[in-house]
Amino acid sequence: MSGGGAGVLHSEARVSVELQTPEMTLNIGPQHPSTHGVLRLVAKVDGERIESVEPVVGYMHRGYEKLAEVRTYPQLTALLNRIDWTAGLANEVPFVVAAERLMGVEVPERAQYIRVVLTEMFRISAHLLFLSSYPLELGASTPLMYALREREHVLDLIEGVTGGRFHPNFNRIGGVKPAAGGGKGQRSVAQDLPRGFLEQTRRAMAKVFEVCDDMEALVRGNEIFQQRTKGVGIIPVEKALEYGVSGPNLRGSGVRFDLRKVEDYLPYDRFDFEVPIGENGDCFDRYVVRLEEIRQAVRIVTQAVDGIPAGPLRARVPRVIKVPRGECYVRAENPKGEMGYYLVSMGGRGPYRVKIRSASFSNISVLPWLLEGALVPDIIAILGSLDFVLGDVDR
Amino acid sequence: MSIDGFWVLLGVKLLAMAVVIIGGSLVIIYAELKVGAHMQNRVGPYYAGVRWGWAQPLADALKFLQKEDLVPADADTSVFKAAPMVSLMGTMAVFVVVPFSPKLIVRDLDLGIFYALAAASLGTLAMLMAGWSSANKFSLMGGLRAAAQLIAYELPMVLAVIGVVVQAGTLSMVQIVDAQVALGLPYVIGGQAVGFLIFVTASLAELSRTPFDMPIAESELVSGYMTEYSGIRFTMFYLAEYAGLFAAAAIASTLFLGGYYLPGLDAEVWGPFVLLAKVGVLAFLMIWFRWTWPRLREDQLQSFAWRWLVPLSLANIAATAVLKVVL
Repeated sequence: MSGGGAGVLHSEARVSVELQTPEMTLNIGPQHPSTHGVLRLVAKVDGERIESVEPVVGYMHRGYEKLAEVRTYPQLTALLNRIDWTAGLANEVPFVVAAERLMGVEVPERAQYIRVVLTEMFRISAHLLFLSSYPLELGASTPLMYALREREHVLDLIEGVTGGRFHPNFNRIGGVKPAAGGGKGQRSVAQDLPRGFLEQTRRAMAKVFEVCDDMEALVRGNEIFQQRTKGVGIIPVEKALEYGVSGPNLRGSGVRFDLRKVEDYLPYDRFDFEVPIGENGDCFDRYVVRLEEIRQAVRIVTQAVDGIPAGPLRARVPRVIKVPRGECYVRAENPKGEMGYYLVSMGGRGPYRVKIRSASFSNISVLPWLLEGALVPDIIAILGSLDFVLGDVDR
Repeated sequence: MSIDGFWVLLGVKLLAMAVVIIGGSLVIIYAELKVGAHMQNRVGPYYAGVRWGWAQPLADALKFLQKEDLVPADADTSVFKAAPMVSLMGTMAVFVVVPFSPKLIVRDLDLGIFYALAAASLGTLAMLMAGWSSANKFSLMGGLRAAAQLIAYELPMVLAVIGVVVQAGTLSMVQIVDAQVALGLPYVIGGQAVGFLIFVTASLAELSRTPFDMPIAESELVSGYMTEYSGIRFTMFYLAEYAGLFAAAAIASTLFLGGYYLPGLDAEVWGPFVLLAKVGVLAFLMIWFRWTWPRLREDQLQSFAWRWLVPLSLANIAATAVLKVVL
């Protein structure tokens, strides 16, 4: 800005040149309030319009696939529930089921029901987190508090059963966690659900239902919210399938596909629930689908709590767990989408190789296509509506 | 001797205005913290100042004063440093024409409201200066959004005020209040209801408050034009934001709600309290909006302003003028 001859010359030289408006490279993240962690988007913008976006992932890579190769099966659940930390237990289940299938272990009914209850509770918790954070990204800060308040009830229940709010580490090969401490004499006394759990669950579920109604009135019906989300970030069905988008994002585009209906990793066929879908595949539909999914999850939990059978919590498995040679792929409907483990065993105490197929990674791969031509505020609306977790993207 | 009297009086007025503006802003900040908290099922400030956390804004200000005054290496230093002052100056200058009672006014300019609108728009210049000089792309986008917002909203705001001016037949703030006293009704009931709505909406945009807080837009632009500011300069922006809210609420009260006048109360004595009560109501309204609504997009704001507010305010002027002639 210093004056002087050179500056004057420079400015005169610029006059004859046509006004140039080069695109600006905007680096969003890895530290940014709305990227849900350490996602980095390298956006080329022309004013507020985006010309291209390149997501850069890997800032949170923790090498779980490699870590899995150097740990035993019982040790692994403690790691795997950290992949998508909003859905702790739901990450453990497909892995444990894969190992059980290779071993040919029959899991007791009661354990399966407990797995269903906790998985659905984590789904509720994860979706409530989305319902709360998404309006925040659009600038409304109050729904956050309402949704998180009810989420607390669910987390308390999870804590009561597993001892952990986010990282339960509750699944065991052949069932769920047996007696804590577990001296020799107590081995048969399994640590069961805490006293009054079923009743408290019913009460908490009623509250979750209420907050769904609140969200419907406060957020879904809000004019500004609709203006910001309707017709924004439309993922057509064919694009969603091309990019491997799964879970609520896929259902938001109108595909009625839910692994709980398709696969049999947990006894979901015994419960009566619907698979909500959207119409247009825009941000609004993805929001509504998750809102509806909470209600369906509440239905599943209520039914499971009503019909939970008595019985052992864990099948008889050897003390030292060795999984026979073989390979198997188990996929599950996690809150974020399809979560799968491809487990290869050479007969040892730990896996030979584990390939983790996580939902968020595939879900955000659609971003460059989706964000092209959008506006900067829409980046945030679209990012938020895809509801990814960076731990799930990078593993 | 007379010159001395002038300077003493000026000093007293300046000091009084500074106390009123900063004190009022701190009260509004406290209300924002506390009201917002209660709307969100929280308690809000609790410990500062022994009871009810009443000293929280002061504590915040003291904390900010201790922070390092950072200037980015690539920043245009002089503009960067001047921007918060311009911002605070603009909002403070508005108070020159705010009548707290028939006599309690710094200067009852003949151009009163015209001057107030001009001074208030300085705030946008400050945002543009801050955004441009910060050498930060997020700041730049915030600054440019602020400028776009000014163009979209200054017009309906001025047009809404013209309705009042036509009905009152004067630009002077005191005389506008007098006209409402003579009418026996505040203008919000007595003919300018549409103008009031437009004015409040446009004020929200001018103050960049939700649902029009795009220049700050935390989830998109980090903190918009304020991103690079820290310490005392951030405090000045922060204070200017709430002083601006105070000013906008005071002007709206004067133009539409009868200002310092309330039937049955002596305006000479109770005027300041009446005005502050009305300001409080409007400030509460704006706080309520902030904690309720999401944020619009810049293009949606523009289309809202140009397609709805400008035609509506023009129709309002036309209707007011016709009624003025007919009645």
